Amino acid sequence: MHLRQTHMTATLILREKQYEVRHGMTVRDALLRLDIQPETVLTTRQGQLITDDVILQEGEVIRLIAVISGGAAEP
Amino acid sequence: MKCRKCGATAAINMRHHRLALCGPHFLEWVPEQAQRAIERYRMFSPTDRVLVAVSGGKDSLGLWDVLVRLGYSADGLYIGLGIDGGVAYSDQSLTRCRTFAEARGLRLHTVDVPSELGASIPEVARLTHRGQQKPCSVCGLTKRHEMNRVALEGGYDALATGHNLDDEVAVLFGNTLNWSTGYLGRQAPALEGRPGFAPKVKPFCRLLERETAAYALLRGIEYVYDECPHAEGATNLMHKNLLNRLEAERPGAKLSFYLSFLRAREAGLFVQPEGELSQPEMHPCSSCGQPTTAPGECTYCRTRRRVREQKEAIRD
Repeated sequence: MHLRQTHMTATLILREKQYEVRHGMTVRDALLRLDIQPETVLTTRQGQLITDDVILQEGEVIRLIAVISGGAAEP
Repeated sequence: MKCRKCGATAAINMRHHRLALCGPHFLEWVPEQAQRAIERYRMFSPTDRVLVAVSGGKDSLGLWDVLVRLGYSADGLYIGLGIDGGVAYSDQSLTRCRTFAEARGLRLHTVDVPSELGASIPEVARLTHRGQQKPCSVCGLTKRHEMNRVALEGGYDALATGHNLDDEVAVLFGNTLNWSTGYLGRQAPALEGRPGFAPKVKPFCRLLERETAAYALLRGIEYVYDECPHAEGATNLMHKNLLNRLEAERPGAKLSFYLSFLRAREAGLFVQPEGELSQPEMHPCSSCGQPTTAPGECTYCRTRRRVREQKEAIRD
C-alpha cells in the first residue's frame, strides 16, 4: 500500500497499489505525476471506461487496469 | 471528450488516430480494423476455417470474439503449459477459455503439455537446461509445435494468434537493435503456409493492446489479468516500456514504425540472398513428421526424449 496524504483527495488504484492525488487535475496529468505511462492503463470510474482528459473530482475513486502483457513473443 | 461518431461521452481516446469513441462505436470500430487487416494482408477468406490460439488473455479471446462476430468459422486451441506460479496460472487460463467457448457454443481444442511432454513447461526448462533458467524458450518451442500440429491435423486454413501492435513493435524493435535480418525478413502479419507448416496470421497486428483490453472489457469478456509469472523481466516487456514512453511523447510512433517496416519489407529490403537464412532446406522429423532444418528429430521431439531420459535417470 502506497499512500501520500497532503491536500490530495482523489484516489487512483492500480493492482494492489492505491495513490491519493489532488483533485482538479486531469487523469492523464495525475498518471504522469505518478510516473505511470498513460499508454499502459485503461481508466475506469464506477465500472465505466473513461478518457484520461476527465478532471478528477474530490473524493472519487478511479480504478486503473494494466494492459501490458507478453513474455517472449515469437520473433 | 465526445465520441466523434455520435457525440456521446467517449469511452476511449486513441491519440495516434486522433479518434475518440463511445463504447458502442468502439465495439464496431475494432472488428472493422481486424477485417481491414484480414483483407489488406490476405489472411484468409470468408469460407476458410480458422484456428485461434487462445491463452485466456484479452488479445486472444478478444480476437476469437471478433472473428466470430465477423462471421468467420473459428475454433479455439488452448495449450495447457502446466504453469502454476503460485496463482494456478494455467488452470485459471483454461477456465477462462472454457467459459468463453461454452457461453458461445464454440469448439475449443485443448492440449495438455504435461501429458504430451511428460512434464510441465517450467519442469522441462529445468530438466533440459534450455533458456538460461527461464522457461520462455521451451514454452515458445512447444506452443509453435503444438499449434502447427493441431492446425494441420484439423485441416484448418489458417492459424490465428492474438499478437497486437505492441507485441509486433516490441519484437521489431528488438530485432532492429540486433539487426537480426533473418528474423526481420520473417516478421509479417501473415505468413503463407508451406509444406508441413500451417499459414499463420495476426489480425490484431494494427491494434494497440490498450485497444484490445478496452474491447475485452466493453464486451464483458472475462480474461486473465495476471501476466504469466515467468514473463517478469522479459526483454520484450522492457522494450514495450521504452516504446510506451516514446508513444506518450509522439502519438503514432509505434504504428508508424511498424507500417514503415512492413512497407520496406514488401519493397524487398529484407529479402535474404538465395540459400541463406530465409528458406533453409527442410526435412521431416523422424519422430513426429513436422519439418525441421536438420535430418533426424526436430527440437521438440529431442526435448521430449530428453525429458523422458532425465526423468528415468532420476527414478533410477
